[in-house]
Amino acid sequence: MTGVRTDGNRPAEAVQLLTPEGERVSHPDFDISLSDGELRDLYRDMVLVRRLDTEATALQRQGELGLWAPCQGQEAAQVGSARSMRPTDFAFPTYREHGVTWSRGVAPLEILAMYRGVTNGGWNPLELHCALPTIVIGNQALHGVGYAMGIQLDGSDDAVITYFGDGATAEGDVNEAFVFAADYNAPVVFFCQNNQWAISSPRERQGGGPLYERASGFGFPGIQVDGNDVLAVMAVTRVMLERARSGEGPSLIEAFTYRMGAHTTSDDPTRYRAANELEIWRLRDPIERLKVFLAHQGIADRHYFDTIEHEAAELATLVRDGVRAMPDPHPEAMFDNIYAEPHGLVDQQRRDFLLYEASFADGALQ
Amino acid sequence: MTTLTMAKAINAGLRRAMERDAKVILFGEDIGRLGGVFRVTDGLQKDFGDHRVIDSPLAESGIVGAAVGMAMRGYRPVLEIQFDGFVYPAFDQIVSQVAKMHRRSEGTVPMPIVIRIPFGGGIGAVEHHSESPEAYFAHTAGLRVLTPSDPQAAYITIQQAIASNDPVVYFEPKRRYWDKGEVDETIDVSDPRQVSTPWRARVVRTGSDVTLACYGPMVRTCIEAAAASGGTSIEVIDLQSLSPLDIDTVVHSVERTGRLVVVHEAASNGGIGAELAARIAERCFYSLEAPVLRVTGYDIPYPPSRLEEHFLPDLDRILDAVDRSLEF
Repeated sequence: MTGVRTDGNRPAEAVQLLTPEGERVSHPDFDISLSDGELRDLYRDMVLVRRLDTEATALQRQGELGLWAPCQGQEAAQVGSARSMRPTDFAFPTYREHGVTWSRGVAPLEILAMYRGVTNGGWNPLELHCALPTIVIGNQALHGVGYAMGIQLDGSDDAVITYFGDGATAEGDVNEAFVFAADYNAPVVFFCQNNQWAISSPRERQGGGPLYERASGFGFPGIQVDGNDVLAVMAVTRVMLERARSGEGPSLIEAFTYRMGAHTTSDDPTRYRAANELEIWRLRDPIERLKVFLAHQGIADRHYFDTIEHEAAELATLVRDGVRAMPDPHPEAMFDNIYAEPHGLVDQQRRDFLLYEASFADGALQ
Repeated sequence: MTTLTMAKAINAGLRRAMERDAKVILFGEDIGRLGGVFRVTDGLQKDFGDHRVIDSPLAESGIVGAAVGMAMRGYRPVLEIQFDGFVYPAFDQIVSQVAKMHRRSEGTVPMPIVIRIPFGGGIGAVEHHSESPEAYFAHTAGLRVLTPSDPQAAYITIQQAIASNDPVVYFEPKRRYWDKGEVDETIDVSDPRQVSTPWRARVVRTGSDVTLACYGPMVRTCIEAAAASGGTSIEVIDLQSLSPLDIDTVVHSVERTGRLVVVHEAASNGGIGAELAARIAERCFYSLEAPVLRVTGYDIPYPPSRLEEHFLPDLDRILDAVDRSLEF
């Protein structure tokens, strides 16, 4: 049986403040007031994240990265939500949240390092208050709840956003996370990017009903937002984070968006989705609509847009050169940090490995 | 010295760890008001509050997954998985997250989590309540695996497990929960002059003819077998730590006895006994007078409880293996 396929239209109930045509509209419950500078910064973030994403995809094609999971089309959902956080809040992203890690201050080359294959991480999560991307689907939903429980124990007013996709809503861990968060009234925002596809599985394969409505069954509010509208995403996320801070507990945000690219560079979406779907969503592009809005409102002019394009080109150069220059770790490093304290077996195997390598006439490991 | 059951000794160790470090929190099913189904956490919620002894929803992956986040926030969660056979829903979080986080984060995010699991058979239980899954965890890099065999060891090692900056899967031999022993509660486990590292095996009975290596519930069984062996002088080693496995202590023993029998309740295939046999063959080849033998649970699912006495290694099966080793 195949799933019932909708046309991917934005559901009527999703919060929207900026139409795909770049027109500012009002919503009875949500609004946001941003300075011109803040609006320009959101545009800049999204353009740079898209360029990072495009370059990384190209670098994978050139064999410089082992894999890449493109985030194109989801920049508003990611930047809008992550830019709603305070520095001391904590984000738990997946492998596609480059707009989130970018917004949390992770350096571009640190974002790419895992995909280059030189590390399984890339940055210090505790320093940037941004966890390393979780690859096993849904695991991080529980980590976010546990971290939020720790915030409660500390008596702090920090909050957590834990990210996952529509596919992950089928995972036990995500549903357990909902139960735990509701049980302890944990200060966590579940941010689900419904990008319509879990590799080749359509949204409908992950069970019936709108995803945001599932929250009510667990006893907390859920809301759907136009995930390609950075203003609406930010407006809704701010409210839900504030709710968490003030002790009102968890919430679920379903950002209705679309994965414009492949699942990863190993995927071929032409095998399972229609070309016209992509065209429909191209008209809803998150960056274009903000650009039109900024231009019409006189918040940014051609000179500004050119400046950002120039900055994006510089970022692309930095990423290309940086990735190619990224050295492989010393082979001995594979034995590092397996344990925090000495462990006889690993320590012995490290010594054996070095002796073995040194036994070659050309002294393999210099 | 106080006479305590193993359950009470673990309880006392947990209490001591919680007194010493305010970041130690207990998390699991039915551990608060009830005190756990084996009463190991009895009275702790009353004394430390429900913010430090936290009853969890009935979801094992949730317990372990949430603990990962708690540890990232600076806490030292001590988790209770109610029974051995219920740990599998949490296996993903344990193997993919708990075990790998320290390395993934290049040492910046330690996972000081203890996962307590009552394990093993011999209590006449229904299915899923008598299993010995320790090999899965000993096989997983990033985890440490401990199992105490008597109340004094339990009192000490539970505190050492909590103090460890690595994740520890702590297997409690449930049929020994009610065994009594003398416990010195004045021991300060943070003082290396008073206690040895938990990652070492312990020679619990000296002998010269055959070495028995065992752990957890089988230690008492092996000591009893050694006592019943008549003229054979049997050395009994409590491995205590299954990861890392202390091979040196076993090597030193086998170099004297020339014979090794490994005993555990878990199945033989790919088990701790197999690992020990391989290591001893590598290091004691010229000392061995006989092949390393194993006395284990059979390679079948744990049987219905009316048959468990035929499944579990007992004095006769152990001494039969000792005889076969001596006769080789």
